[in-house]
Amino acid sequence: MSGPSPANLLRKRVVLAHGGGGQLTDDLVSELVAPRFANPYLDTLDDAARIPMHGGEMLFTTDSYVVHPLQFPGGDIGRLAISGTVNDLAVCGAIPQFVSLGLIIEEGLELRVLEQILESIASTAREAGVRVVTGDTKVVGKGQGDGLYINTAGVGAMRPGVQLGMARVRPGDVLIVSGPIAEHGLAIMLTREQPNVVRSELASDVAPLGGLIEAALRAGGESVVFMRDPTRGGFAGVASDLASRTGLRLTIDEEAIPIRPATRYAAEILGLDPLSVANEGKVMLVVRPGAMEVVLRALREHPLGKDAAAMGRFERFDDGLCEIVTRVGGRRIIQKPYGEELPRIC
Amino acid sequence: MKSREVMQMYTRELSELVAGRAQPLSLMEVCGTHTVNACRSGVHSLMPAGVRLISGPGCPVCVTAQRYIDALVALGRRGDVTILTYGDMIRVAGAGGSLEIARGEGADVRVVTSTLEGLEIARREPEREMVFAAVGFETTAPATAAAVLQAASEGLRNFSILPAHKLVLPAMRALLDDPGVKIDGFVCPGHVSVIIGAEAYRPIVGEYHRPCVVTGFEALQMMEGVLHLARQIVRGETRLENLYPEAVSAGGNPHAMKLIDRVFVAGTSAWRALGEMPESGLDVREEFAAFDAFRKFNISLGDDHEPRGCICGKVITGRAVPVECRLFGTVCTPVYAVGPCMVSSEGTCQAWFKYRRHEAGLAVRATREAVR
Repeated sequence: MSGPSPANLLRKRVVLAHGGGGQLTDDLVSELVAPRFANPYLDTLDDAARIPMHGGEMLFTTDSYVVHPLQFPGGDIGRLAISGTVNDLAVCGAIPQFVSLGLIIEEGLELRVLEQILESIASTAREAGVRVVTGDTKVVGKGQGDGLYINTAGVGAMRPGVQLGMARVRPGDVLIVSGPIAEHGLAIMLTREQPNVVRSELASDVAPLGGLIEAALRAGGESVVFMRDPTRGGFAGVASDLASRTGLRLTIDEEAIPIRPATRYAAEILGLDPLSVANEGKVMLVVRPGAMEVVLRALREHPLGKDAAAMGRFERFDDGLCEIVTRVGGRRIIQKPYGEELPRIC
Repeated sequence: MKSREVMQMYTRELSELVAGRAQPLSLMEVCGTHTVNACRSGVHSLMPAGVRLISGPGCPVCVTAQRYIDALVALGRRGDVTILTYGDMIRVAGAGGSLEIARGEGADVRVVTSTLEGLEIARREPEREMVFAAVGFETTAPATAAAVLQAASEGLRNFSILPAHKLVLPAMRALLDDPGVKIDGFVCPGHVSVIIGAEAYRPIVGEYHRPCVVTGFEALQMMEGVLHLARQIVRGETRLENLYPEAVSAGGNPHAMKLIDRVFVAGTSAWRALGEMPESGLDVREEFAAFDAFRKFNISLGDDHEPRGCICGKVITGRAVPVECRLFGTVCTPVYAVGPCMVSSEGTCQAWFKYRRHEAGLAVRATREAVR
């Protein structure tokens, strides 16, 4: 064998998979980006930074949206931009308040489409209870963008008294997901790959989760110890991260994971593991066992949490593994997806 | 009955059947999809100690010779040619990097999910040469053949294929001819069998005296297949069984076979690890030479070379399990993959990395005992 190793070649130029949200993205951020700006607010590399302000705490987040196609079953890039931004704040325990809107538009985009997307941004912002308070508009030449890219920032005030963090997770705690998984990623992929499939029952779950999360926190209080929205990397990304970073064993019952038959079917034709596929309207919560029932009830009473289910438990077996008991009773591990196959899902 | 209960029934009988045998049964699942599903559904974790399910050469990307990868990447780097490929191929590295790396450097490499999509791209951009990387077993060969026929009938002159299609039977024979590999029976590949039919495995039963069971991809179907193999072996029988009749007929899909035969002719093909084998691949017939990128661009294959330290060759022939590789999980991961078995979503190494990495120590011991 001669020539440079593939690993070294991958360190020479950016490839698409560097944006996949998996190991390559992590490497790019932690080796190239983060060290240059090192400071205590950034270094946790959470979805939102906690910034002290006026005696309280503010959460500050930013996100970019390059989803293709711009409009898809269940939503569009506008609804996605608002939802993604407020959800990053909400799962950290903040009340989302203000959002910025940066539009990078490609020459030739139909104004009718732009108008529909802006309408969608406005209605999603109303639904989420946030206001778009500043923005920017740029146009690039034909072929230098793909219709429309959106960048946002969001700020919110930390809910008083809420304490969330992986450090609070302990053996016995229960993992809950607020509804059926994998719908966003599969709806996008299906629209992209199989546009001729006449009408799929599958639609993106994209939605702002502030209300749902508030209901869960109100019901569970301090017994809700951690939350995360399983976007890129999906359910598997969050579950494996929880196990490896708490150092506990997380055992998942596959049968208890909510997933619609249409989703499962779509995943099969596209050769994807639904556990690793992105969601944009789901939250995963870790709660104390005693609060499981009340939190589940609160989630299920909310329209976005009707199918919430508990499907995992942390055990005092300090190997940091996430293990799943499969439908047929077999066992295997779940790992962080390395983020290759699905570019431009959000 | 719930699937967990059915599974328990199967595993109980299987354990009883193999209890007290001196040697564990070595059963090979030939198909990459079987390998992945066995790992993902946890079927492997339910195997009694007396049964070993070993993975075979069923991942199309993994069996593709290194020199083909080199030629494909070099073609992509020419600049005036677009490479159309199934997604799995894009990250397999040759001597000069992978298609993914070439794309990052400016090569035009596009992932397609079907040959039809490839044809559509060729129609849309008639000024540009489009070359489809035609890899895979009998499963994907009919679609390639159909695309060539369609291109020929349309006079789509900018479309061609770089063929590396493989036939599954020669690979199974090669493994059985190798005294270093112990296989007591085959779980036959599901998708390939849809095309070639269950009867295609008759020679394995007749000439090599190994039972063959065609089965589906669900966990229960696979375990049922293993159970049927074990029953045969314990009773001293050697039969061909088709447990997947809803998808696989005795004679296969005559339309698909006709497509293959219309465009291709069996020829010598270079395999990773198995080397060059006569009649083991598909060459484009003279009549369609204009659609054969080897001839169109006057490409000749260079030398084969394995990435240093990589044991993919042993893995696809059932001689080793992934965790025996020094590179597994350290130097070689799905992100920074060294060998094709870690790159491909049907590859044995990737399946182990994703689903079985934690039980590595145990699995190595079991396999070393059984592989002589």
